[in-house]
Amino acid sequence: MLQVALQCRRGDFTLDVAFEAPTPGVTALFGKSGAGKSSVAQLLAGLWRADAGRIELDGQLLFEAAQGLCVPTQQRRVGYVFQDLRLFPHLNVEHNLRYGLKRTPDRSSAIGWQHTVELLDLGALLRRRTAQLSGGERQRVALARALLSQPRLLLLDEPLSAIDTQKRNELLPYFERLRDELSLPIILITHQFEDLLRLANRVVLLEAGRVLAQGALPELSLRPEMRSILGPEASGAVIEGIVERIDTASGLATVRIGSSRLLLPATGLSHGQRVRLQLLARDLIIATSRPQGLSVRNQLSGVISSVADDGEHNVLVGIDAEGVTLQARITASAARQLHLRPGLPVWVLVKAVSLQGHRFS
Amino acid sequence: MHFQLTPAEFEALRISLSVALRSVLCSLPFAIAIAWLLTRRRFPGRLLLDTLVHLPMVLPPVMIGFVLLLLLGVNGTVGGWLYRHFGLRLAFSTNGAALATAVMAFPLMVRAIRLALDNVDAGLEEAARTLGAGAWDCFASITVPLMAPGILAGAVTAFAASLGEFGAVITFAGNIPGVTRTLPLALYSALQTPDGEAAALRIAVLALLLGAAGLLASEWLARALRRRMGR
Repeated sequence: MLQVALQCRRGDFTLDVAFEAPTPGVTALFGKSGAGKSSVAQLLAGLWRADAGRIELDGQLLFEAAQGLCVPTQQRRVGYVFQDLRLFPHLNVEHNLRYGLKRTPDRSSAIGWQHTVELLDLGALLRRRTAQLSGGERQRVALARALLSQPRLLLLDEPLSAIDTQKRNELLPYFERLRDELSLPIILITHQFEDLLRLANRVVLLEAGRVLAQGALPELSLRPEMRSILGPEASGAVIEGIVERIDTASGLATVRIGSSRLLLPATGLSHGQRVRLQLLARDLIIATSRPQGLSVRNQLSGVISSVADDGEHNVLVGIDAEGVTLQARITASAARQLHLRPGLPVWVLVKAVSLQGHRFS
Repeated sequence: MHFQLTPAEFEALRISLSVALRSVLCSLPFAIAIAWLLTRRRFPGRLLLDTLVHLPMVLPPVMIGFVLLLLLGVNGTVGGWLYRHFGLRLAFSTNGAALATAVMAFPLMVRAIRLALDNVDAGLEEAARTLGAGAWDCFASITVPLMAPGILAGAVTAFAASLGEFGAVITFAGNIPGVTRTLPLALYSALQTPDGEAAALRIAVLALLLGAAGLLASEWLARALRRRMGR
């Protein structure tokens, strides 16, 4: 486990964070740009020194301000994939990859050359100059270089930000494999919610150099702090479930969530998978009686748990639906007309096509 | 006019090359270190060091020679000590000529290397450190190779300037045939001699060819280096 508590000042910017990251697992630092995410990564790597606090990684102290202890960067064994990648331009791909490998203190490499080259499909690129690589290839080389240095902690700074959607979908499986194969803490810095859905076991919300909240994504997705980062249009409950059935004829997957079931497009999903999905608050419809004759495929019964103002003319309604907590954003006038209040039994409707399931193990 | 060089002129060519080579080889490590200090470190006295290094560019070369003579002459403070303890005499020797040209060419060399160092992304050095490289390892494996074209440019410029240096050399090292008489000094001596115009012309053409060959060679090397670095 990585335990971090750090305070420092640099000019106007003050950073004061404390969080934990499990070994193994992906802990995402999530926040807008300028929240201090990259600063935390630099502090963890020892490229910058905090004024106070401590960093402990799997029982070893890397930094302890009170004792004046600060393990230098080159001895920390932190694999850092920088946002701008920083491949060495004067070395070819193979020598870039070997740079860290050659400098590991113990020769018994847990992360092998052959395995890494295969995992990231780099065999054909080894002789190339870094200038001849595409964006996605550069990304994979940077990742492999960090892995081959035999890190005990992996820092991924916006690993998918510079990449278009199609390339993202090609690269995400690599990251998913890493998460599932490596037994080390991975810190994922991102401002993309989709990265959280697909990769994060744990989320730390950062804003203006402080930790707003931390925990598992489904729980955090309901918190006002997450809404303030995502904005009302992009927020909504994140739920986890298991694909129970794939119906190829209709192209729909049935996902069991608690005791209820949701239908959603089967694209990219297979039977028995664990999936995560976000039910955007603005996409949910509330009915006070069971509706008839609608095209909406998903109807969940539940009980209203909260009604809160959300902006000028809208309210945010919390619903306990068969063991799953959801949030719906509706107009204040609709809430008045339907007399929505805590304790009222309702039906929650959501169109199958508005949902997207993300494989998550 | 035939272009047969006299033995004395060959001697001047040999001494010029020898002085310039010694000058560049000895000052290069210092130039790299000082360029690195001035680019990558903030320390008290940085501005003073910067000024000191650049002084030879704005002072008369004869004055630099005179200062060297005061400091490093056999009766000078440092020079006297060197002579008493090591029997080392710099003034009026080939090494002295090399030292005088090195001081004069030093600012040019530091400038070229600094420019190259400014273009080396400090982020690459950070990346090297996260991959387990210590400070020296990182400097040798990342910084130096990336600024190699700049080091080369600095060395070539300094070499060319050393070939041409006159004032500082003649003041500190004298104009001794076979010891410190470099091409420009030989040219000056030829002009002082009656009927020396033919010799002066030969030396001038020789200096011209040498300079042009040096520039061509450096350009070719720089291109090769850039290719090697994939740029």
